[in-house]
Amino acid sequence: MSFTAREWWGVIHGMGFGAVFLLSFAGGLAGLYSLKPGLITPEGVVERMRRLKVGVIAMAVAAWGTVLTGTWIVYPWYRAGDETSKPLSPKFQLTANPNTADWHNFGMEWKEHIAWLAPILATVVAFIVVYYGANLIRHDRVRRTAMTLFVMAFGFAAVAGALGAFITKVAPVR
Amino acid sequence: MMELEEHFEDKPEGPISAAIIAGGIGALALGVVTTLAEANETIKGWLELSKDVGPLSGKTIFAVVAWLVAWALLHSTMRTTRYETRRAFAIAMVLIVLGVIGTFPMFFQLFTGG
Repeated sequence: MSFTAREWWGVIHGMGFGAVFLLSFAGGLAGLYSLKPGLITPEGVVERMRRLKVGVIAMAVAAWGTVLTGTWIVYPWYRAGDETSKPLSPKFQLTANPNTADWHNFGMEWKEHIAWLAPILATVVAFIVVYYGANLIRHDRVRRTAMTLFVMAFGFAAVAGALGAFITKVAPVR
Repeated sequence: MMELEEHFEDKPEGPISAAIIAGGIGALALGVVTTLAEANETIKGWLELSKDVGPLSGKTIFAVVAWLVAWALLHSTMRTTRYETRRAFAIAMVLIVLGVIGTFPMFFQLFTGG
């Protein structure tokens, strides 16, 4: 059981940074949802806000880690060479076969772009939580806006993650 | 709620609105530059800041720079204002939707070959 260096980077990108972001989403959303006046005392707010701030910042860092490792480390290996290279890189393996071409022409083309919206929106959410802090409790509309942006960030990351998992299944970077 | 008001000082919504709108601008920038790259080979060439990464390198750097510059400018003008986040969110949603459309392959590939 071993991985090549390239496979390790694929793991770090998708199952490291990417999975951390996607899996911690539920906790972050629950943390935002629970900031309601009737549910918390001022003492509880301090404890909960500290955890929420650390959580949303960590998620934004994970999202940035995902897109930076994906774009600047794994993607060059994915698209290396051309149609005549031996062996073919995953991109040219996919496009050489009409049955698999859309995994690149649609799947990777969408994934490589849409993924970048996740860290941008995750950073906006982190800023809202850090800047407003406990005021999110009395500004319910801002809290719900943060939750909506958070869900959108998750949605974009989930699309990119799913497409990445499928593409890796069909034509892995080795 | 009275206890919260005693413990935590309120802050204007301006900076939050600035951050939200800037996020939308970043999304729009990525959608626009992705579509332009598909439509025009010269622009596509300009965006190839890294040969290994290809035009995606320029697209993403442009989008991130656009987002950060927009955020800095909006924050400096809105940081003490009470600009409602509801309006900012509506603006950002339009920008994000346009950005998502611009990055959707079935849309930008309509412009291929320029």
